[in-house]
Amino acid sequence: MARAQKVTGGERSQRRWAIGFSIAALLVGILYQFVVNHLPFALQDFVSAWLPATSLNEALVWVICALGLNIVVGYAGLLDLGYVAFWAIGGYSAGWFMSDFFTQWRFHAGGASPAKNQGLHISFWGVLIIAALICAFFGILIGAPTLRLKSDYIALVTLGFGEIIPQVFVNGENIAGFNLSNGSKGISPVDNISLFGKQLGPFDLGWKYMIFVALAAIMVFISLRLRSGRLGRAWLAIREDELAASMMGVPLMRTKLSAYAVGASAGGIGGVAFATYVNGVFADRFNFSISIILLAMVVLGGMGNVWGVIVGGVIVAWVNSTGLPSLGDAVNNTFNTNINFPSYSFLLFGGVLVLMMLFKREGLFPESRLKLMLHEGDEEESETSSVVSK
Amino acid sequence: MVGHSSEVALSAQEITVQFGGLVAVNRVTFDIPKKSVVSLIGPNGAGKTTFFNVLTGLYKPSSGRVTYGDRDITDLAPHKIAESGIARTFQNIRLFGLMTAEENVMVAMHSHLKAGIAATIFRTPAQRREERQAHEDAREILEFVGIGKWVGEYARNLSYGDQRRLEVARALALRPQILLLDEPTAGMNPQESSRFVDFVHRIREARDLAILLIEHDMSVVMRVSERITVLDRGEKIAEGSPAEIKSNARVIEAYLGKAAGEGKRL
Repeated sequence: MARAQKVTGGERSQRRWAIGFSIAALLVGILYQFVVNHLPFALQDFVSAWLPATSLNEALVWVICALGLNIVVGYAGLLDLGYVAFWAIGGYSAGWFMSDFFTQWRFHAGGASPAKNQGLHISFWGVLIIAALICAFFGILIGAPTLRLKSDYIALVTLGFGEIIPQVFVNGENIAGFNLSNGSKGISPVDNISLFGKQLGPFDLGWKYMIFVALAAIMVFISLRLRSGRLGRAWLAIREDELAASMMGVPLMRTKLSAYAVGASAGGIGGVAFATYVNGVFADRFNFSISIILLAMVVLGGMGNVWGVIVGGVIVAWVNSTGLPSLGDAVNNTFNTNINFPSYSFLLFGGVLVLMMLFKREGLFPESRLKLMLHEGDEEESETSSVVSK
Repeated sequence: MVGHSSEVALSAQEITVQFGGLVAVNRVTFDIPKKSVVSLIGPNGAGKTTFFNVLTGLYKPSSGRVTYGDRDITDLAPHKIAESGIARTFQNIRLFGLMTAEENVMVAMHSHLKAGIAATIFRTPAQRREERQAHEDAREILEFVGIGKWVGEYARNLSYGDQRRLEVARALALRPQILLLDEPTAGMNPQESSRFVDFVHRIREARDLAILLIEHDMSVVMRVSERITVLDRGEKIAEGSPAEIKSNARVIEAYLGKAAGEGKRL
């Protein structure tokens, strides 16, 4: 009985969040598609300064990737500091399979590019799947050597891979005569997205927004379904007590690798989305800070709770892309100063992370079980300190 | 000595475990007959838990073999051993604290369930059926161990005694043929321990399995076991029925010191 009530309670709250997410996404979409253009100019200026459509799309890309990282870090409890690798691989999948880049080949499969163009041109939707598969493969490849390590060392190895893969792309101009990545020049432009016969170019922000929302929604759906099933239970069991999990018949290797694979494929999807958003892939954009920002999103929102991760992702992405620069402009104009606000972003994120760890370790929207765990220490601490003070 | 090999569920032959220069378990041979309740006793540091860890695959013995039925399981990974039907509980409770009692039990069903990633995402009819059955089984097991009312409660919120029960429930979900209980009555009062003896017999009857106990409480050991094996400093010093063990001079000596023993050390 107790369980029946509890599960429906949990499912009801999930449903409420899902409806809230859909409504918010739809409202914002309608607002930008139909309303903003008819507003007075002053208001339009305000919107484009504080919440431009581009920053929304970028935030959604971040959210897609953060949801993937949440599976690895939040569900399975494996700290991953190199998630940018998958973002990069996803980005380059778009560069490879939907651009003129490989001039030595010509292959078209539903791409939005004219048939005479050289290069590989696969449709956006196909590339999403390809990128997810490639990243799942690399997730396993990167995960495999870390499996015998304990948590801190896993983090170090993933950190290494997160550095290696972008470096491969930066220097991948001439690998035994083969141009893999076009080096630091990057690959640009990528093909348009074709949707119901429409061609969505770099400036079709509204439709892309809808597509990105759908991709994020799919990631949420997958996360929740997996979480409630056999694999999700095994992930959590590993997070809780790895040794006990193996003694209960959970194969540690396979279960951890599946977490890496599923998490990584979300990074691939996010990478493809990002490439179509910036209309290209540029090796120097895939730096370590992306991994850290993604981790900050997961931590800020609440590890293990997809809705919290979405909120955390949107907030951090917005502050990073729009909030700080716009605030900087506003402050500088008002006080006639010349402070470069965006350059303080890491000070801000670092400060926020420290404050979160001090006062709200479970994040803004914690998964209820995590809240229990994190505050357990506090009670004991306060008990002992009260004893000491007597 | 213990009967024909066909009646032996698990057999450890000449198990030796060395940690560096320390011999924790020294050439211990030990059989668990089918559907029996046997105990492993000995003073602290005798090597009981180490021996347990060999049986469950956590440690690999320096020498010796473990056979289960007619399979050699010495080198199998822990999860394979668990899957094949050897389940255990832990001396220090190791539940998945922030999962519900039901989820704890369902984790142990992992190897019996089949749903893969795709089936789980799309909730195929087979996956739904399997999950529904798993939920039912989990509740049935929780009822069986007497904590049915706590299905939806986080394991870490349960009382100490209920956590012990949940550990047993989780182990039973593996559908084991052999259940290894590592000091299951630690921290229980005499009434609870006494109820536990009945509980062990009930498990054996209802689930048709063999039980191996590590136990310090002698009143429990003597009442519950059919056979007792005594370890001291990594070596097997005695084996027999409770009555035989009670009067064994070496056992008394190992527990109470030389002066109390009737015989002299060989």
